[in-house]
Amino acid sequence: MTPSGYFLDHVWLVPLFPLFTAALMLLAGRRLRNGAVSALCVGSVAASFVFAAGAVLQLVAADPAQRVKQMILFAWVPAGPMHTAAGRLVDFVADWGVLLDPLSSVMVLVVTGVGLLIHIYSIGYMGHEGGYYRFFGYMNLFMFSMLTLVLANNLLLLFVGWEGVGLCSYLLIGFYFLRRSAADAGKKAFIVNRVGDTGFLLGVFLLVATLGTVRFTSAGLPVPSAYSGIAQALAAGIESHALAAGAPVLTAIALLLFVGATGKSAQLPLYVWLPDAMEGPTPVSALIHAATMVTAGVYMVARMNALYQLAPLALEVVAVVGAATAIFAATLGLAQNDIKRVLAYSTISQLGYMFLALGVGAFAAGIFHLMTHAFFKALLFLGSGSVIHAVSGEQDMRKMGALWSRIPTTAKTFLIAALAIAGIPPLAGFVSKDEILGKAFEHSPLLWLVGFVTAGLTAFYMFRLVNMTFFGTSRVDPEAARHIHESPRSMTMPLVILAALSVIGGWIGWPVALGGVNRFERFLEPVTRGATPETAAEGVAHHTMAGGYALMAVSVGIALAGIWLAYAFYIRRRELPGRVAASWPRLYRLLYRKYYVDEVYDAMFVNRTKDLGTALGAFDAGVVDGLGVDGAGWLTRATSRLSIWWDTWIVDGLVNVVGRAVRALSYPVRWVQTGVVSSYALFIVLGIVLGIVLLGYRLH
Amino acid sequence: MIPIGHYLFLSLALFIIGVIGVLTRRNVIIILMSIELILNAVNINLVAFARLFGDVAGQVFAIFIITDAAAEAAVGLGIIIAFFRNRETVLSDEMDMLKW
Repeated sequence: MTPSGYFLDHVWLVPLFPLFTAALMLLAGRRLRNGAVSALCVGSVAASFVFAAGAVLQLVAADPAQRVKQMILFAWVPAGPMHTAAGRLVDFVADWGVLLDPLSSVMVLVVTGVGLLIHIYSIGYMGHEGGYYRFFGYMNLFMFSMLTLVLANNLLLLFVGWEGVGLCSYLLIGFYFLRRSAADAGKKAFIVNRVGDTGFLLGVFLLVATLGTVRFTSAGLPVPSAYSGIAQALAAGIESHALAAGAPVLTAIALLLFVGATGKSAQLPLYVWLPDAMEGPTPVSALIHAATMVTAGVYMVARMNALYQLAPLALEVVAVVGAATAIFAATLGLAQNDIKRVLAYSTISQLGYMFLALGVGAFAAGIFHLMTHAFFKALLFLGSGSVIHAVSGEQDMRKMGALWSRIPTTAKTFLIAALAIAGIPPLAGFVSKDEILGKAFEHSPLLWLVGFVTAGLTAFYMFRLVNMTFFGTSRVDPEAARHIHESPRSMTMPLVILAALSVIGGWIGWPVALGGVNRFERFLEPVTRGATPETAAEGVAHHTMAGGYALMAVSVGIALAGIWLAYAFYIRRRELPGRVAASWPRLYRLLYRKYYVDEVYDAMFVNRTKDLGTALGAFDAGVVDGLGVDGAGWLTRATSRLSIWWDTWIVDGLVNVVGRAVRALSYPVRWVQTGVVSSYALFIVLGIVLGIVLLGYRLH
Repeated sequence: MIPIGHYLFLSLALFIIGVIGVLTRRNVIIILMSIELILNAVNINLVAFARLFGDVAGQVFAIFIITDAAAEAAVGLGIIIAFFRNRETVLSDEMDMLKW
C-alpha cells in the first residue's frame, strides 16, 4: 500500500510550476513589468515549495517501510523488447515518472526551499539589472530542470534534468554575455560538463545493456512486481548468481556514471569550470554553483547506491577522488583574493567531502552534508553578493575590510555561515562534517586524515575571508566607501532565514555519540540499504562512544586552530601573510596560479583541440575549398575556354565562311544592280534586242 | 490605199522615239509619256494589220491596249505623286532606296 494524499498525488506538479513561468518569461517576459515578473516567478517557486513540502509531510506521515511514492505519468521511451548482454529478453521502457522517497524528499525540499529564498533575494539583487525577465526565466527553467532531476524515477529522465541544469548553468554564467570573460566561462562550463556527460551517457548505455532497465526501483508503484527496477534487477542478479558483487561490468558502470558526477559536481579532474562560473550573477552562484546543481552528482551517486555498493572498487575511487578534491581545492582557496572564487574553491572542497562520504559507504552522511552545505554555502554566496552590492560591485577582498558595522545583518549572518562551514558546534556544518569524518575514520584513517587537514584549511581560508572582508582596516575605494549601505529587506530576509537553517539545520541528524538519535540517517535508511542485505551500507552509527568523542574533539580543535591562525595572520599581525608568501615564493605562486591546472589543460587539451581545429580548417581551406571547390571551378573554366574556342572558331567560323563565300560569289552580280531605273530599262531593251537578234538568227 | 510600209515606218519611228525617251530621260513623267508612245506604236501596227488582213481582232486588241494604257497612267501617276510627297523628287536616278 503506497502512501497517498492530495500533495503526494500531485507531486508531479512540482516541476511544472516553474516550467510554466519559465516559458511565459522567455516567450513574453519582455512585455511584463518587473513587479509582475517577480510575482510570477517567485510565486511559481513558492507554489513548488508548498506542494513539495506538503508531499514530503504526507510521505513522512506514512510508516517508515512504506515511505516511497512512485507515479508513472506516461511511457516516454517505449523501446519495446530488447536483449540484455546476458541474452535475457526484456521490455525496455523509460517512463516520464516521479519518484518521491526519503532521498528525493530531502533533495526536493533543499531545491525548492533554498531556491525560493534565492529567488526572493534576486528580486533585490537583480532589481537594477537589465534583462530582469530573462534572468528569472532562466532561473525558473533551472528550477524545472533541477526538480525533474531529483524527482525522476529513472536514470534517463534524470539525465534530461541533468542536461537541463547544465544548459541553464551555461545561460546564467553567460548572463552578462557582453562581457567576454562571462561568455568564455559559460562555454568552459558547458564543454567541461560535456566531457563528464560522455562518461555518464556511456554508463547509462552499459547499464541498459546489462540490466535492461533504467528505472531506479519498482517500489512505490501500485504493483511493484509488474515493473522492472535497477535495485530489483541487481538483487535478482545477485540471487541467481548472474552478477556478483564487484563484477567488472558493475564497476565499469559505476565508474562511468561517476565520470559524469565529476563533471557536474566539479571534482578532480573536471573541477576547472566552477571557479570561472563565478562570472555569473551572485544569486546564480548561490543557487546553481553552490546549493543545488553541483550537488546533482552527489545525489546521482547516492541514488545509485545499490549499484555502487556492489562495486567496492568504484566506491574506493569515489572516496579517493573526493578526498583528493577536498584538500586540493582547499589549498587553492588559501591564496585567492576574489571573494566569490574563494567560495567557489570552498564549494569544490565541500563537494569533495560529500563524495568522500559516499565513497566510504556513508550515503546518508553525504546527503546530510549536501543539505547543510546548501544552507550555509547559499548563505555565504548570498552574503558575498550583499557585500559586493554594498561596495559598488567590487569583488577583490584586498579592497574591502572593516565592513562589520557598516552592513551588520550581512556580516552577522555571514559569520554564522563561516562558523558553520568551519565546523564549530552546534552549527549545522559541525554535525554533518563530523558524521563524514567519523565514517571516513572507520573506513580508512588515511582518508580521515585528509578530511581532517581539509577541515583545518577550510576554517583558515573562511576566516581569512571573513577577516579581510569585515574586520581590520578599510581598504575600500574612497568613491565606493561613501555608498556603503545595507542591502534591502528582500535580500537580508533570506540571509536571516538561511542563517537560522545553518544553525539548526544539522540538528535533525544529531549524532548518537552526543545523545541524539540521528533521525536523518534513519530517515534515509530505506534508500541506502542497498540491493541485498550482505552488501548493505553500515547501519546507523555504531562506532564507540570514546572514539567518537575523540574524533569530534580533534576536528573541532583543528577548526579552532584554523580560525585562530586566520585571526593571527589577518588581524593581529597583518605583515605575516606577506612574509610567509615571501619565504616560500614558489609555493605561493603555485597556489596563487592555482597549480597551473588551467595552463596545463590549455596546453594539453584546449590548445590541442584548437590545433586540431586549425588543422581541420587548413584541410578545409586547402583540400575541400582548394582542391574541391577551386579545382572544380578551375576545371569548369578550362573546359569553358575550350568550348569558347570551339564556338568562336569552328561554329561561328563555319557560319562566317558560308557568309563570306556567298558575299564573294555575289560580288560581281552586285555591279549590275545599280539602282538606276534607266539602266535597268536599257538592259531590258538590250535584252529584247539581243533576243530578237538571236530569234532572227535561229529562224534564219 | 496607203501601203503597209508607211504604217510600219511610222510605228517604228514612234517606237524608237519612245524607247529613246525611256532610256534617256530622268523625269519619270516623261518616261511614262514615252511608254505611251511605245504603246501607241504598237496600236498603229495592230490597226494597220487589221485593215490589211480584214480581221477585226487587231482593232479589238488596240481598244484593250488603250484601256490598259489609261489604267497604267492612272496607277503610274498615283505612284509618282505618292513618291513625290515623300522624297520631293520625280527623278528616276534618285529612286534608289532598294539599292544595297
